[in-house]
Amino acid sequence: MNRNSRNIILAILLMAVAPHSSVAQDVLLKGGTVLTVSQGTLQNTDVLIEDGVISSIGRGLRAPRGVETVDVSGKFVMPGIIDAHSHIALSSVNEGSSPVTAEVRMEDVTNPYHLGIYRALAGGVTTSHIMHGSANVIGGQNETIKHRWGATDPDAIRFEGAPRTIKFALGENPTRVHGRRGSGGTGAIVPATRMGVEQVLRDAFENGKRYMEDWDAFNASTDPRAIPPVYNERLEVMADILRGDVLVHCHSYRADEILMLTRVLKDYGVSKITFQHANEAFKVAPELAEYGAMASVFSDWWSYKFEVYYSTAFNAAILTRNGVVTSINSDSGELNRHLYHEAAKSQRYGDLTDDETLALITINPAIQLGIQDRVGSLEVGKDGDVAVFSAHPLSVYAIAEMTYVDGVKYFDRNEDRDDMRMLVSPSANLDTYIEQETGRHDIHEVIIK
Amino acid sequence: MMNALLLVVLALLTAFQQQDERPRQGTYAITNAKIETVANGTIERGTIVIEGDRIVAVGTNVTIPAGAEIIDAAGMEVYPGMIDSGTSLGLSEVGSVAETNDTNEIGDITPHMNALTAVNPNAVAIPVTRTNGITTVIAEPSGGLFPGSAAVINLIGYTPEQMQAGSARLMVLEFPRKQQRRFFFGGGDGERDDPDKRYNDAMAKLDEIWERATVYDRIAAAWDKDPTGKDRPAYVPEMDALRPVLAGDLTLMVKVDAADDIEAAIEWVQKQELSNVVFSGVSEGWRVADKLAEAGIPVFAGPVLATPTRASDRYDRAYDNAAIMHNAGVSVALRSGETENVRNLPFNAGFAAAYGMGREAALEAVTLAPARMLGIDADYGSIEVGKKANLFVSTGDPFETQSQIVTLFIDGFNVPITNRHIELYEEFLNRDAGRKQPVEVLPADN
Repeated sequence: MNRNSRNIILAILLMAVAPHSSVAQDVLLKGGTVLTVSQGTLQNTDVLIEDGVISSIGRGLRAPRGVETVDVSGKFVMPGIIDAHSHIALSSVNEGSSPVTAEVRMEDVTNPYHLGIYRALAGGVTTSHIMHGSANVIGGQNETIKHRWGATDPDAIRFEGAPRTIKFALGENPTRVHGRRGSGGTGAIVPATRMGVEQVLRDAFENGKRYMEDWDAFNASTDPRAIPPVYNERLEVMADILRGDVLVHCHSYRADEILMLTRVLKDYGVSKITFQHANEAFKVAPELAEYGAMASVFSDWWSYKFEVYYSTAFNAAILTRNGVVTSINSDSGELNRHLYHEAAKSQRYGDLTDDETLALITINPAIQLGIQDRVGSLEVGKDGDVAVFSAHPLSVYAIAEMTYVDGVKYFDRNEDRDDMRMLVSPSANLDTYIEQETGRHDIHEVIIK
Repeated sequence: MMNALLLVVLALLTAFQQQDERPRQGTYAITNAKIETVANGTIERGTIVIEGDRIVAVGTNVTIPAGAEIIDAAGMEVYPGMIDSGTSLGLSEVGSVAETNDTNEIGDITPHMNALTAVNPNAVAIPVTRTNGITTVIAEPSGGLFPGSAAVINLIGYTPEQMQAGSARLMVLEFPRKQQRRFFFGGGDGERDDPDKRYNDAMAKLDEIWERATVYDRIAAAWDKDPTGKDRPAYVPEMDALRPVLAGDLTLMVKVDAADDIEAAIEWVQKQELSNVVFSGVSEGWRVADKLAEAGIPVFAGPVLATPTRASDRYDRAYDNAAIMHNAGVSVALRSGETENVRNLPFNAGFAAAYGMGREAALEAVTLAPARMLGIDADYGSIEVGKKANLFVSTGDPFETQSQIVTLFIDGFNVPITNRHIELYEEFLNRDAGRKQPVEVLPADN
């Protein structure tokens, strides 16, 4: 069975078992201050969502028959926030058994019951990029989800049609896990250094390229006696990266390793790259801009490990001013509840405009995830993913009040009861310590140990 | 030769400019400012005069001394320097590098450890912190049962002693936890220990230590009073360090979070008849706010920007925890619990303000309230004549991220608004392209 026929069979199987995940709804949000992000701020403006999609933005809109009208006068309406780096809604994070594990997928460990989804909604976040950890140079494939809280089927929270993405990792994490004895690593497997990281990448890409060429030659062959190459799922994924079908999101910190990956990707013709964390990306902002590389960074995390000691909270501002598409992510079940505040801090440390600042948590992460045609700004035709705040979301006093996904209200501060959370158990207490400690600085690093 | 001379002149000029960038004390007048004194309301358009380390005049009708350096703060706002009631600032440089962490000495019973000793005045995070308006922090040791005494430091100085804010110090007690910290992930083999036994053992150990300290204190006091005819009692540094706590002279800072632990801690301090006590952390204080109020125990609450303690709790419990305690009548100061990001204290306060505490109470919780709890309110915590000049000029409400701090005084030192983050920004914002071609090596005789 060649690759194409395999895919067709897979697709048929998927169609047979996948439930219809859309529960789109209609709503008219009336009279708010609408922060479109892409087309400025509109005062006293209505947003109409029909069948889960924004059908109209303007003044004096009338709700079609049967469509609920919600008065949001005095409130601020913004696109649902997008977190480009998260580990919520996962039951596993790191397949730390090999420096290259391109074959594993977060799709297989997506957990719709995870409370982090609700807590993110309560901060206006509607989409998360839930990622493999950073133990491996080439980790697993990530998943982009919508926060359809209450769904019980993992497939119901997937962002339909979102491009495939994969996690890479450079620097201290993969070298510690694999190459360094006595600090959590086996001490027996390359890489132990940043030199080794490069060669692990080149090895994987070269093998992926040869595999792809072998299959292409086989598929193009008219010789009925041609023998197909040996199937290898890991190399399939590498080939898909080379074909541009899988977007690379790479955990990285130092400027040198960031440049190293751009060189490797250039050699293999891979153009789509988002550097995750990238605390030192500001040092090579012109080089990143030239390559078209993007960056998804923290607002102000630094100094928790040596490779982030020479950081600056002005990272996002420097990158933005140099023309690098930049987002602010959380990597944390705590930070993801106030990404609007994290973005506001990036405005403090620099001179970004309000729209540039809001873009850090809306349209820019959407671009990095390849979903900018669906979400990331308030425009007619885009998904009805909307957050409503009590004040301008860049104010520290702003409170997230309502969050809609596909026009469905999944969070309302006024309807939040103490007993509404899932996973409530009489014996459950003090998981604060778990959440707080794993919620800080590289959740996956804690897990590695 | 000419070039060499020019270089020397340039070097001298640069040195002079750098010298000028140093923190300086002197006579300053901050004029035309909106002044939030915290102690005595807001002055809409007033003047503050600073001489040496003190505020010597505040008001609308102030005579500016001749020769004072005038800082025109028209359109700006002045606030007392903020105080963070719980950090590891100065004790830790790089989180994952053990060699740079000095918060936890070997052993569970180390009350004789003194955090001030390990405060690094040149920690890179210190200027990063103060440029957000935080002038004073508690730097605390952690771990074990009695990890040592916490220091109260101003964020300027060449030596730890210069940084110390008055003589304030707090003895840290990590109160035993009924629920042990644990991780969902990793481990997996489960330590299979008995949590009840572990807790009971820890409480028994605490009681035993306290009993021994009490006996030690009694014997030492008797010797101090009249040594004649007595053998000199053996010196036990751990017990010696607890004597000022027993005497009520040194505040006991009890680190405690869970509701049942808070109740146990209240019971314990009452049993020991300790009155000079403050609770720190207190993330489930909202559950037992009335009991804390009734016991009259003040709290250092935070971090505010945290997740709820239990899955079943409202998503915003950490945000309104401080407000619930405040509204129940508990004296509340706020802490970030941070090391390198103590700079986020004003935003923790902003969230507490937004989620029920109100801005006024939140501002007090990072200024005058902790100063009072630390017994340093004669010098710190508000803008009043006679107090130390710990204050800053801001373009607006310092809890708002958009506001920029433009002038900062700590102990009367006019501190330049710079730090490594700002320096990297200035260096890299408009970085030049750098060398693209190999440099042509010039002949040696050129």
